Amino acid sequence: MGLLDSLLGRNKPVKANLDALFALPQAAVTLDVTAGFKPTGIGAVCYRASEGAAFASMQSDIQELLDADGGPAVERSEDSYGFTWLVCRQPPDDLSELVTELHTVNTTLEDNGFGPSLLCSVVGFKNADDKTLGLVYLYKRGSFYPFAPTGAERRDNALELQIRGQISDDVPIEKDLGRWLAIWGAPGLS
Amino acid sequence: MAKTRFRGDRGLTARMGLVSVLLVVLWLAFGAILIAYTNFFFGIIVVVGLAWAQWYFSDRLALTAMKAKIVTPDEAPELHGMVDRLVALADMPKPRVAIAHTDLPNAFATGRSPDHAVVCVTTGIMRRLNAEELEGVLSHELAHVANRDVAVMTVASVIGLCAGFIARWGLFFGGGRRDNGPPVWLIVWLVSLVVYAISFLLTRALSRYRELVADRSGAYLTGKPSALASALTKISGDMARIPTRDLREAQSMNAFFFTPALKSENFSSLLSTHPKIEVRLDQLAKISADLGRQV
Repeated sequence: MGLLDSLLGRNKPVKANLDALFALPQAAVTLDVTAGFKPTGIGAVCYRASEGAAFASMQSDIQELLDADGGPAVERSEDSYGFTWLVCRQPPDDLSELVTELHTVNTTLEDNGFGPSLLCSVVGFKNADDKTLGLVYLYKRGSFYPFAPTGAERRDNALELQIRGQISDDVPIEKDLGRWLAIWGAPGLS
Repeated sequence: MAKTRFRGDRGLTARMGLVSVLLVVLWLAFGAILIAYTNFFFGIIVVVGLAWAQWYFSDRLALTAMKAKIVTPDEAPELHGMVDRLVALADMPKPRVAIAHTDLPNAFATGRSPDHAVVCVTTGIMRRLNAEELEGVLSHELAHVANRDVAVMTVASVIGLCAGFIARWGLFFGGGRRDNGPPVWLIVWLVSLVVYAISFLLTRALSRYRELVADRSGAYLTGKPSALASALTKISGDMARIPTRDLREAQSMNAFFFTPALKSENFSSLLSTHPKIEVRLDQLAKISADLGRQV
């Protein structure tokens, strides 16, 4: 935001950057080879639902659209911070289909003028020891970071940093560690 | 281009721009008079220096005045979690989070820049509001941080401070220059009084506009203008019931608060730092309608 904008109080909501999400399948290949993490086939979009009829009707439109393909139904849940998670399931080996579904959610929100309400997307991974890892995409930054929850409100920072090094060639990594938001209780990460 | 339903308020921006321009004009005129006729330079430099310090140390000053403590994510996980989400949504650096142990239901944001900001809530406000309402209040405060309101209001108030300084002390220092003609120091003193009065009105107007802007951006950030409206009604209703004596302790902090700590009947609307609650609720109702419309 420029100086003049802040002087005049003209701060606009930050737009979401949707395109970098398609870099995910490439990172998944790397993750499998170097760290042994495989996709679980579960992905979710997190957004802030606005009040009012416009958002509610758009939300049910998205669900209808995604359920039309006959696959597993899309689930909607609200977390304790008042953010909504839309959970998509696809076969674990078809990550690009999952990413396409997530992208459909994004574009529908944006087309309806709710792009700034997007918070993040997360795609779940698991290794042979049943350890969970989420690759989180921050819409406002256009960057990814790994999130490895281990039980109640603890995260495996060492693993996260290790993963960061491995996938940094495939996807833009969030450089500011302070923005590696802890998304406790995100669907598909337990 | 994607459609957007997040609209600014042109009228508000224009009014704010006008007030800022008037303040600058006032500053220039006053400065020119001072340079031409007096030797108040040293005093003015001191006053500007004090204002600078007040801005630079605003976080520490405010926290000390409110006896607030910075809390870590371990000490206040819910509050931190809420702020985490909001700053990720707004794409801004995370401010420090502080809690003041007082039953006064309020919140404020301070700090010289978004990188050095602190958002503080009182235990009183956390007790009274539900999670959604508290989030509305936090997003209002984060909007103040993003808009650099501490810096803007400090700069805006400097001229008032200078004029006030001369109006108060000018008669003691006066008469340093004995020219022919009318006593220059007396004219400067009178001019200072007038400048002080005008700048006071202008800064208060600017403060009210910026409160409205913070309400607006806060409501758009959470997408729940009604939650912010409900927080406003709850807090202002509670504020009116609290005995005035307690509130006076927090009087110096008034301009940074979510809702003013003194009863609004004591102020005429021209002099108050915050817009009337009806005006704020009206704006939030309009935003709510905007969000609900199909585009």
